[in-house]
Amino acid sequence: MLGLFIAQVLNGLLDGTYYLLIALGLSLIFSLGGIINLAHGAFFAIGAYLAILITPVTGFFGALILVPLIVAGLGMVTERTLFTRFYRIDPLYSLLLTFGLAMVIEQGLRWIFGASPQSYNMPDILRGQVFFGDFIYSRYRIFLIAVAVLAVAGLWVLLNRTAFGRIVRAGVQNPEIVGSLGISLRPYLSVVAGIAIGLAGLAGVLLSPIYTIHPAMGAEIITLAFVVVVIGGLGSFWGVIIAAVLVGLTKGVLVAVGLSSWSTAAIYLLMFVVLLLRPRGLLGERILRFE
Amino acid sequence: MTLKTTRRTVLRTGAAGLALGLAAPAYLRAQGAPLKIGHLTPTTGFLGPLGEYAQMGIKLAVEHINANGGAGGRQVELIMEDSVNPQTASTKAERMFERDQVDFIIGEISSASCLTISQVAARYGKCFVNTGGNSDSLRGADCNRYMFHVETQNSMYVNAEGEYFDAQGMVDGKNWYTLSADYAFGHDLLNAAKAFLDANGGVLVGDDLVPTDATDFSSYLLKIRQAEPDVVALNLAGTQITNFFKQYGEFGLDFTLGGFGFDTVSAWAAGAQNFRGTWPNVWNHLVQNDASQAFVQAFTTAYGKPPENQAWGDYNAGLIMAQAVTAAGEAGGDALVAYLESPEAQFDLMKSRKGYFRPSDHQLIQEIYAITALPAGEAQNEWDIFTTSDPVPAANEPLERLATSVTGGTCSF
Repeated sequence: MLGLFIAQVLNGLLDGTYYLLIALGLSLIFSLGGIINLAHGAFFAIGAYLAILITPVTGFFGALILVPLIVAGLGMVTERTLFTRFYRIDPLYSLLLTFGLAMVIEQGLRWIFGASPQSYNMPDILRGQVFFGDFIYSRYRIFLIAVAVLAVAGLWVLLNRTAFGRIVRAGVQNPEIVGSLGISLRPYLSVVAGIAIGLAGLAGVLLSPIYTIHPAMGAEIITLAFVVVVIGGLGSFWGVIIAAVLVGLTKGVLVAVGLSSWSTAAIYLLMFVVLLLRPRGLLGERILRFE
Repeated sequence: MTLKTTRRTVLRTGAAGLALGLAAPAYLRAQGAPLKIGHLTPTTGFLGPLGEYAQMGIKLAVEHINANGGAGGRQVELIMEDSVNPQTASTKAERMFERDQVDFIIGEISSASCLTISQVAARYGKCFVNTGGNSDSLRGADCNRYMFHVETQNSMYVNAEGEYFDAQGMVDGKNWYTLSADYAFGHDLLNAAKAFLDANGGVLVGDDLVPTDATDFSSYLLKIRQAEPDVVALNLAGTQITNFFKQYGEFGLDFTLGGFGFDTVSAWAAGAQNFRGTWPNVWNHLVQNDASQAFVQAFTTAYGKPPENQAWGDYNAGLIMAQAVTAAGEAGGDALVAYLESPEAQFDLMKSRKGYFRPSDHQLIQEIYAITALPAGEAQNEWDIFTTSDPVPAANEPLERLATSVTGGTCSF
């Protein structure tokens, strides 16, 4: 019984990685431009549908590389044409904008592909299970987690160890100073939106073999991703990671002890408690212009 | 050209005149107002995929009815809307009766919305035909004189699926593990399943409620693996079933799989590689008889893919109501109820035996089927990924045998 419990804890820890890619992107877009991108889940759905279209041509691994790039491109276009008009005004407007955008994308997918879920198969090479003693895990999920960790690590290096990252981080704290140093933030904003939305596209491909692909799949995942961001603290890299793990763990443990019907409620309860004790989230930074 | 009246022409003209005379009333009625059918079903949200098939089905039915001279000589007009949720469904039903002056409403998948629509229909004294709500209580405590059910109810699915497993020796003394969606639909099925297991010696070793927004089943799969049940039975709906199929295969679990509520769209979404088990089904596109295959043909021509069981439901509800309007001679609620409850009201449902509405609860008594997944390698295409059973109940058994409700209360009109 103890073995099973440990297995559940481990599984819960890993479960968090699925929201991580989405939640990190959400957090990134918010911290730089102050936009709460409710359409983030819709880009995740676009990623999944693109995977269906591209896989027959390039295979799964080709799609894994191409789809995030295409979705990142879409993200940059969206940033240039839509987000850029909303950086300096009340976040409520961008909330409305991205909420509408999410609906347009969802309905667009329904229009093009139909409401019926699409089938998508796992590549044969990643099928099967791995055993660690008594703990069984799916080979595909190990791959999924590895890719997610790589992507997150890459993002960390980009933000913390490069000149690009330094300017982005400076832009988060004080765009005016960055401007007065003669650096235009605009191209950086586009690239960051591209990366953040591309990560959602990557998550779309990664989750297609194990989740149902249907037009509303974005709406399904965005709420939880948003909760992760709020618990972790908007704009906080490590906060979001810790929160994703906490959320996965909470769900896993509650299912393990037979309280599965509480597993969703508990996450919101967790958010409630965190907000009560730390209104900025676990590791939420103080971002001057949002105070 | 000479005008010569022979005996033969007189006869011929007379016969034509007679035929015209007989046809006249219908012809005159056709001049009257068209028959208006309101159609409400969720086309967005997690029931959206089924709603899309429902709309395809009813559209095809109206097309076929009109091509065959209409219902009771009246052309049929169709008004379709997304019912969204129980509150919106109620508002839209109200608007359909009040503003659009529809004669009756067909549709729904959500049992909660069925309930609110049926209340509006009763207030207007018009009929509502439920094509997708399974809940027993709609046929029990919440029944309504103006509501008729083309969709089969939960208990019948549970009894049919349970009998299948019983025949395989998988019930008596066997261990079952169930996952149930944590809302009315899942709870109803779970109660009916528990009653069945109790009555037949099955043991429930695990029983988890799954929140409706859960997408990941890994924690449940680890528990199921530990419990080593003989049968894993799902009382889930919509995309959750598909997620489960995908992840069940992913974790390499191989316990016998089945469940009590099912729609073929979930099987198709999972694909041949992931679809497993045996599931109850009101009808499927592999039912081998002329009427079914003609319908599959017509549907595939119109929409480029075979019909799902939900399309069967709304298509047949359309035809049933057209037959009722023709027979009753009008579309008023009370006249239709009187006809639909009468012994003459027998309906060809593309199945071996005709069906009828049971007067005590308005459930359409009919044959259903069980579908079983083909092994992944044997599927020929993306649609024919399962085999269908013969009709249940079997030909020598009474049609009402499985349609007994154990939950949901008693109906009194």
